[in-house]
Amino acid sequence: MTQNIDSLPAEMQKKQYEQMVKEVKPRPPVIRNIFWAFVVGGLISVIGQIFFNIFQNWGLGRLEAGAAMSSTLVFLAALFTGLGLYDEIAKVGGAGTIVPITGFANSMVAPAMEYRAEGLVLGVGARLFTVAGPVLVFGIVTAWIIGLLYYFFR
Amino acid sequence: MAAPKKNGQQTVWFQNPPVILATATIVGPKEGQGPLAHTFDKVVGDNYYGEQTWEKAERRMLMEVMQTAVQRAGLTPQSFDCMLAGDLLNQIISANFVARDLGIPFLGLYGACSTMYESMAVGAMLIDGGFADYVLVGSSSHYATAERQYRYPTEQGVQRPLHNTWTVTGAAAMVLARQGQGPRVTHATIGKVLDLGQGDPMDMPAAMAPAAADTIARHLLDTGRHPEYYDLFVTGDLGVYGRELAVKLLQQKGYDIANRYTDCGAIIFSPEQDTHAGGSGCACVAVVTCGHLLQEMKAGRLKRFFGVATGALLSPTTTQQGETIPAIAHGVVIEA
Repeated sequence: MTQNIDSLPAEMQKKQYEQMVKEVKPRPPVIRNIFWAFVVGGLISVIGQIFFNIFQNWGLGRLEAGAAMSSTLVFLAALFTGLGLYDEIAKVGGAGTIVPITGFANSMVAPAMEYRAEGLVLGVGARLFTVAGPVLVFGIVTAWIIGLLYYFFR
Repeated sequence: MAAPKKNGQQTVWFQNPPVILATATIVGPKEGQGPLAHTFDKVVGDNYYGEQTWEKAERRMLMEVMQTAVQRAGLTPQSFDCMLAGDLLNQIISANFVARDLGIPFLGLYGACSTMYESMAVGAMLIDGGFADYVLVGSSSHYATAERQYRYPTEQGVQRPLHNTWTVTGAAAMVLARQGQGPRVTHATIGKVLDLGQGDPMDMPAAMAPAAADTIARHLLDTGRHPEYYDLFVTGDLGVYGRELAVKLLQQKGYDIANRYTDCGAIIFSPEQDTHAGGSGCACVAVVTCGHLLQEMKAGRLKRFFGVATGALLSPTTTQQGETIPAIAHGVVIEA
C-alpha cells in the first residue's frame, strides 16, 4: 500500500482504492440493527394482534377483523408519517418498520406529502406510487405466476 | 508562450490578489444547534423559513445572504460586474431565480458541492484578468430539497447508513473586489474530474476523496510549496471517513497533512446530532468558509489556508443506470 496510487493502471487503482474504502468505512451495526428490527417489527405486530382481538370481541368475524386491523394499522402509520414521527421510529427500527403493512402506508403517505407542492395531479397523483409502485407491480406479478402454477399443478 | 498567470498544470496565481470585502451566512435549525452555531450570521427557525415550499425557502436564504453581503460591502447590486452562483437543484434554480431578482450580470455555475469554490476561483480570475471590479459569489443547499431530488421523500422511513452525510441547509455569499481591505485570494487550483469506481450514492465521500487528494497534491506540486507552508488544509464535505481516506491517499502520494487538515463536513455537526459521517452539500463548505474560517482569519489565528471544495457529479439517472460517481475538487488559497 506504499506505492503511489497514480502510477498504477486505472483498474488497479480502483481495486486498491476499493480496499482502502472498505478498511475506513464504518461497518453497519448488524446485530444491533437486527435486534431493534425484531423488537420494533414485533411490537407493531403485537399492536396489530391487540386490535385484531378487540375487533373480534366486538363481534367481527375472522376475515372482517383482519381487514379492520389492517386498516387501523395503515391509518396509524399514515398519521405517524404526517406527524413526522414514522421516520424517527424507522431510524431505529429499520426493516422492522419497512416490512409490516405500516411500512407500505408510510411509503405512500411520504411522497404524497412531499409532492403536494407540485399540485394534486402531477404532484400527489403521479408520485404517490414512486416507492410503493415497484412493490405492487412485483407483488401482483408474483401473484399471477403463483396463480398459474396453482392452476396447472394442483 | 505559456499563459503568464499559470503556475504548473492546474494552478493559477493572481497578480493583484482579489479581496474578500464581505461575506454573509445563513443556516437552518439543525446547523444552528451544531458546534459552529455562533459563527453564522443567522439561524433560521424552521426548514420552510416562512415559505410554501422547501425550494422557495432555499432560494430565500440565498437571496438574503446575497443582499446582506452586498450591503456589508457598502455597495448596491448595480455596482457589480458579475454574479457567480450555483446550487444542487436541477437547472440550478436557486441561483437562477435569485439572479432574476438581483439583476446582476450572471454566470450560473455547477460543480455540485464544490460550486462555492468554483465560483470564487472564476470570480478571482475575472477580477485579476481585468474583467470586473466587483464580483458577487454565492451558493446554497437545503436538506429537504436535496433529499427529495437525490434520494427519498423526507418522511420516508429509512435507516441511513453510518457512512452517509447530511446535506447542510443554508447559504453563503461573498463579495470579491479588485481593491479594498480583507483577506485575499492568491491562487486557485482547478480540479480534474476523477472516478475511482465508487458507485454508492449514499457514500459520496468515498467518491470525492480521490479528487480532493489529487487537487491538494497537484497544488503543492504546481506551486512547489511544502504542506507546512499552510496553516491549514480544508476540504468541503468529505466528513469524518472521507477525511481519513483523503489523508491516506495523500500519504500514498508522499504528503503528510494530517496534523493541519480539517474538513467542513466533519466539524459543522457534533456526533450527538446523529448525522453519522458529518455534513455535505453546497452550503457546507460555503457557510464554514464564510463563517468560521474567515472569522478565525480575522482573529489572527489563521494566516493562510488552502481550501478545497469537493463535488460529486452524479445524478439520480446515472445512479439508476448503474454508472459510477465522477467527482471534482477545486482549491483556493486565502491569505490574511
